[in-house]
Amino acid sequence: MSSTANSGRAGRALPWALVTPALGWTLLFFVLPFIAMGFSSLTAHEGGGFTLTNYSQFFTNPSYWQAMVNSLQVTAIVTVVSVLLAYPFAWILAEQVPERWQRLALMLAVLPFWTSYVVRSYSWLLVLAQNGVINRALTGSGLIAEPLQLANTRLATVTGFVHFFVMLLTLTIFANLKQLSPSYRKAAADLGAGPVRTFLHVVLPLTLPGIMVGAFLTFVLCIGDYITPQILGGNNELLMPQLVMMQIGRRGDFPLASALSIILMAVVTIAYLACARWLKIERA
Amino acid sequence: MSVKSASGNPLSVLKRHLHAACAATALLLGAGSLAEAADLNALIWCDHSDPALLQPFEEANNVKVNVKEFEGTGAGLAIVEQSQPGDWDVMVIDSIDVPRGVEKGLFEPLPEDKLPFADLFPQVKMDGSTVVGGKRYGITEKFGYNTIGFNKTKVDPADMQSLASLTSDKYKGKVAIYDYYLPVIGMAALAIGKKTADLTEADLPALKDELLKMKANAKLVGEVTASQTALATGEVDILVGGGEWVTAGLAKENPALDFSIPKEGAVLWSQSLAMFKDSKNKDLALKFIQYIMSPEGQARLATSSCYWGMPANTKAALTDDQKKVLRFDEQPGFLARAQAYPAPNADLDKKMQDMWTEMLQAK
Repeated sequence: MSSTANSGRAGRALPWALVTPALGWTLLFFVLPFIAMGFSSLTAHEGGGFTLTNYSQFFTNPSYWQAMVNSLQVTAIVTVVSVLLAYPFAWILAEQVPERWQRLALMLAVLPFWTSYVVRSYSWLLVLAQNGVINRALTGSGLIAEPLQLANTRLATVTGFVHFFVMLLTLTIFANLKQLSPSYRKAAADLGAGPVRTFLHVVLPLTLPGIMVGAFLTFVLCIGDYITPQILGGNNELLMPQLVMMQIGRRGDFPLASALSIILMAVVTIAYLACARWLKIERA
Repeated sequence: MSVKSASGNPLSVLKRHLHAACAATALLLGAGSLAEAADLNALIWCDHSDPALLQPFEEANNVKVNVKEFEGTGAGLAIVEQSQPGDWDVMVIDSIDVPRGVEKGLFEPLPEDKLPFADLFPQVKMDGSTVVGGKRYGITEKFGYNTIGFNKTKVDPADMQSLASLTSDKYKGKVAIYDYYLPVIGMAALAIGKKTADLTEADLPALKDELLKMKANAKLVGEVTASQTALATGEVDILVGGGEWVTAGLAKENPALDFSIPKEGAVLWSQSLAMFKDSKNKDLALKFIQYIMSPEGQARLATSSCYWGMPANTKAALTDDQKKVLRFDEQPGFLARAQAYPAPNADLDKKMQDMWTEMLQAK
């Protein structure tokens, strides 16, 4: 009886013991810093003391508000364009490339991941610059008389982001497509559905979780990224991470930087809740 | 047998590993404290990380200079606040921000008799900010100008003698702006005939108009690397806020790059060295400052691989070519027309940064 009770307690304790390192990690490197950031955001920069000014500034200063609008617009464009490019790419890899070449094709697809993020962004700057590869090709071929302004624009920021996130989305969608049993398509064909109908009514809904996981990761990583807009955007508009960094540089206004970061996190949380039904790990 | 038995017992293995770990930690801590005595820890800007600058000092004094780079006084002071007292020995800081470190009780007064103050360009001593309460806490080591940097083969150098060119249609889309609000606001002040030292909140609307006119002409607003790259690659022909710190280091590869001090004047930037009050190596810290301020140290700092700038010491051991690139002999005239960085109080500083944010967001 006693030994049964002991083994029951041990059985219940084991999962907690296994999950403790992860919980400890999260507590130490997420929860505690987050609480510290929360306290900081409610503190006055000059003289300390409790204040809500750091939050009210965001809602009353149009330039700050504009940074959030810019961030959401850029992130939405990047996410949609990346999904539209990644899906056919992943589908070709999963369905059209012979099995023995798929591993190599995937490796080639993610090759740009191996280079430094900063180096990749500066490389794009050289490609898009006034004297860069694209403008030289266009002016050299006589298609345009004057170079286009491609670098230091929102287009440049979006291009840099899309290049990165297409790779990420390709991986998540490819994994989803590979898990899909061929029986679904065969059953649809047996029931008279053509390829387009099968794709729209069977394949696409079943791969939606993969798309949403990739899209959510794209959203989170894109909206919090500082490097790409800083290098490629030419500071012709500010996004939220740039606004956060700006508060720290000279003035060291950590309370305002904390408040802006928490607002950014709130937006990510809302995005998570919106996607939550597709972000479950288990498959129906 | 007993050895085998002990090694097989998990508890014994754990104990043995713990003992080994404790011994290793103690050894590391001991080595750390030994190393600490022979190390100098410096919070620096990138120009001080050049091995050509640090190695001669390290070899002459048999020490290791550990450096940590930072950008912006706020970020630098935050690093200090997050450190233990005594972790840092010296710091490079904007001369106008020396009082911020003094207010926080971080800096040690410098012994004027042991440093070459008499050899400094008089205009860059910056006593207004490096001397607080009658004590000197910083010594200017390097300076230069936030002015107009340009490619002389692409623009009319005569136009670069006036700040009005920066907002003229002639150069629309050919301009980059250096992304640091204080010096560029200083240039905007000069453009509208205001003195940088006299700026008040009442001047902000006029300054904002001038900044917006500059932005309307600009292709980009970039930090050091981005603005330098834009000028060097021909993406733009003019850099607002540029100066010798952009053009001098690239003179060999791109001799077409130059800078002017326009008739309205330019904004003088200067960086200082300060010693930490809690430094455990004050003698070594002073030796380091003395080295940086020596003619040899000044020449190496002025021509650092990260960026060039004018040495504060008039006796810097620069070659004739280096002096020519830095326009060393023209300095008296330049300094006479230069004005100091705006040094706003905390409230005005915040308003200026918000104005800068508004300018960046303007379409």
